Amino acid sequence: MDILIYGTINSVALALYALGFALVYGISRLPNFAHGALYILSGFITWSALNTLGFNYFVSILLSLLVTGIIGAVIYQFFLIRVRGMEISEIIASYAIALAILEGLRWGGFKGMTYTLPVFISGSTTIAGISVDYQRLLAVAIGAVLVVCLWLFTRFTRIGLALRGMAQDERAALMLGIDSDVMAVVAMGLGSSLAAFAAMLLLPLGNIVVESGYNVLILAIAVCVVGGIGSWPGAVLAAFIIGFAQILTVVYIGSHYQMVVALLAIILTLILKPSGLFGQQKELEERV
Amino acid sequence: MSKKMQQRRRERIDRGIKIRTEGIYALMSWRELAYLIMPRMVLIVGLLALPLVMPGLYWPRVISIVCIYALLALSFDFLAHYVGLVSLGGALFVGIGGYLTALLNTELGLPPLLAIAGATLIGSAICTLLLLPCLPLRGVYFAIITLMYPLFLARVIEALDIFGGTDGILGIDSLPNAWVEQYGVIIMLVVCLFALRRLVNTDLGLVLRAVKDNDQAVRASAMNITHYKALAVFIAAAIGCLAGAYLAHIYMWAGISIFALDFSVLPIAATVIGGSGTLVGPVLGCLILVPVSELLRDFGTLRIVFYSLILLAFIVFRSEGIMVYGQRKYHQVERWTKI
Repeated sequence: MDILIYGTINSVALALYALGFALVYGISRLPNFAHGALYILSGFITWSALNTLGFNYFVSILLSLLVTGIIGAVIYQFFLIRVRGMEISEIIASYAIALAILEGLRWGGFKGMTYTLPVFISGSTTIAGISVDYQRLLAVAIGAVLVVCLWLFTRFTRIGLALRGMAQDERAALMLGIDSDVMAVVAMGLGSSLAAFAAMLLLPLGNIVVESGYNVLILAIAVCVVGGIGSWPGAVLAAFIIGFAQILTVVYIGSHYQMVVALLAIILTLILKPSGLFGQQKELEERV
Repeated sequence: MSKKMQQRRRERIDRGIKIRTEGIYALMSWRELAYLIMPRMVLIVGLLALPLVMPGLYWPRVISIVCIYALLALSFDFLAHYVGLVSLGGALFVGIGGYLTALLNTELGLPPLLAIAGATLIGSAICTLLLLPCLPLRGVYFAIITLMYPLFLARVIEALDIFGGTDGILGIDSLPNAWVEQYGVIIMLVVCLFALRRLVNTDLGLVLRAVKDNDQAVRASAMNITHYKALAVFIAAAIGCLAGAYLAHIYMWAGISIFALDFSVLPIAATVIGGSGTLVGPVLGCLILVPVSELLRDFGTLRIVFYSLILLAFIVFRSEGIMVYGQRKYHQVERWTKI
């Protein structure tokens, strides 16, 4: 039973990590290696707003979502857009940004165990004999709501439809008057905000550590690769597969293997079925 | 203002001496011979003279590290720009080479130079086998999987607690003496550099470049692209493993930190800055980047910020790199002409 509960929580966390990455990759084909860095950065923005500037917690969260989104958009508009379409340059450039942000934060003194965000609601409850704290339950609930909202957003709003149009066929979208550069910037801003959103939900569960930025990136990549890059249902399903696989290995083998599972999932998927579970559309482009 | 600018354009013309030195006629005068040989000699003599002009205890070590990173950058440049396989996993080669030489040296008791040679050959075979299933992958997928391999192996070693676990393998023999340590790696760098330059101009190099540009055409010519890609990976992995094995003997230690991302990222940065696709460029890039990052050591992790920002600036705004720029200035004259 505890496997079921903690597996679900872990899976939702993975899905939250991956949402922003999947969105940006699906729409502008940018493997955003700065995703994990933006996740951590938003945590520190909230912490600073809360403790240094003395804002209300809720206001700090909103501020952090907004600022991280703007930072993402600015990064795209001024740097990444120039290497658009050159995948390798995109990877190297976004990875360089990630390194700059993370190591900059580390240099700026944000290290160690002293930085934590308060939980939204403290306390815990018991479900079927297992005690679960409210923050984790809240993360699962809000995560589920977020996925539904995103689904609605991409189907029923003008911007959402434009984003999906661009993801499907950029030239056709251009002919219909969708400015693909603007949409890519919007997508990157949105993806960064999603990273910040995940950070707001999940960071209160632990400390804000710079190193976890790299892990978040690896987990996000794992989920997206296994699910099929650019496929939403695939990403959610993959989050559950990897989430439960991780919890099972932690319970039955040992906690050292948690990251091994994610890395193994990436390697096996890419070797056996590089298009992932649900990504049929681009199969021919990925393999010779 | 802008109207005036439109009236002129910049024109680039090859220097006469470049045309004259392209054929056998280069042998006709000392000046033309010098034009051909000088850039190469500056590099070779410069590299060989470096340990002599930089005595002391600290800088020779930096020079060795420069050469090791240069070997890695060379292997990255060869794979990425002559075969079209972008490998972000320099750390994979370093890690496997380092661990193998450590095992050969401490377990089997081979002398360092033999252990390095063994680690290079066995290591590149292992790397090729590991990467063989991923060779059909293209672009970003190959990049992701090569990035994940070293992380994966490091976690596996940590989790299984094999090969000394988190402590690593201690007590590796050092190289016979300081001169061998210093010049061994420099000579190997020069040999690898010029061997690769020659390789890419042979028929094999032509096929490899064809694999990069249009793999379907190579297939249609009844050539097995996986075979050629595997061969290229073997060559690149051999260079990388050599670097890793040498590093293990310099530090007299091999641990999971030799799978660290540094070995994947810094060579790429050096390649981008030096000029990708030139093979000499990566060496120049390392000659600039590694000492700079050593000088910035006092600033702690700020140096990583610094070199990632340099990398970003180069890849976004000046993607041609120093070497391509230098070659252009050396071979061509520029002038303004009226339209």
